[in-house]
Amino acid sequence: MESIPVEHGLILAVILFSIGLIGVLTRRNIVFVLMSLEIMLNAGGLAFIVAASRWGHAEGQIMFLIILTLAAAEVAVGLGLILQMFRRYKTVDINVLSEMKG
Amino acid sequence: MIALFYIAAIIAVIATVAVILQTNIVHGLLYLILSLLAVAVIFYVLGAPFAAVLEAIVYAGAIMVLFLFVIMMLNLGQHTRDQERSWLTPRGWIVPSLLAGVLLGQLVNVMSQIDHELIPEQVGVMEVSALLFGPYVLAVELASILLLAGLVAAYHLAKTK
Repeated sequence: MESIPVEHGLILAVILFSIGLIGVLTRRNIVFVLMSLEIMLNAGGLAFIVAASRWGHAEGQIMFLIILTLAAAEVAVGLGLILQMFRRYKTVDINVLSEMKG
Repeated sequence: MIALFYIAAIIAVIATVAVILQTNIVHGLLYLILSLLAVAVIFYVLGAPFAAVLEAIVYAGAIMVLFLFVIMMLNLGQHTRDQERSWLTPRGWIVPSLLAGVLLGQLVNVMSQIDHELIPEQVGVMEVSALLFGPYVLAVELASILLLAGLVAAYHLAKTK
């Protein structure tokens, strides 16, 4: 079987992570912010799978499973918060939440 | 196999860029599903079929359906799309892209010094499960507690007063 350079897999993970970071920093719609967080978590999981594949171990897949669980729990809580925010402010703009000025 | 890896990688990057450029939430979600499926193909090529299946079922299936249900409940219409268009000015992209570009440059610089060849060999369900229910059984318990906490929190937060 042909071989893939391991740095290409890691660079792909880094590119996806950076795109997710741009999304988190730029978007004002809270649903898009949550989706960008998903992209970033998924990129982390991809890096773990690439490393596991490099060493031929199964431990990386277990870390991916834990990241998957974390993402599921995070999305459930985050979407609950979005529903509550939409009921209270009737918008998905995160800037309306800036009333708590320090 | 190696061509499949690069094709899936290009699709994943294009779909992910399309996600953060969308103004329509449902379109963004569909692009995100495409990106996750491309990453699932990459997992399969890298010899992790169990992770690939979980990515397709849990990420692209369950989590994205959850998103879709909430978007349907929010019932965002043309008004939100117009609002999105007015928010997404080209000027707003400059600083985040610069910051992420600096991070990307540094990480790519570090990563490209690694010079290893990766020969994908299948690590199947049996090896992963043997580890999951052997030395890592505590991690499974912790994951279940985390999911339970998420369930309780989501129920409490989304409840109507």
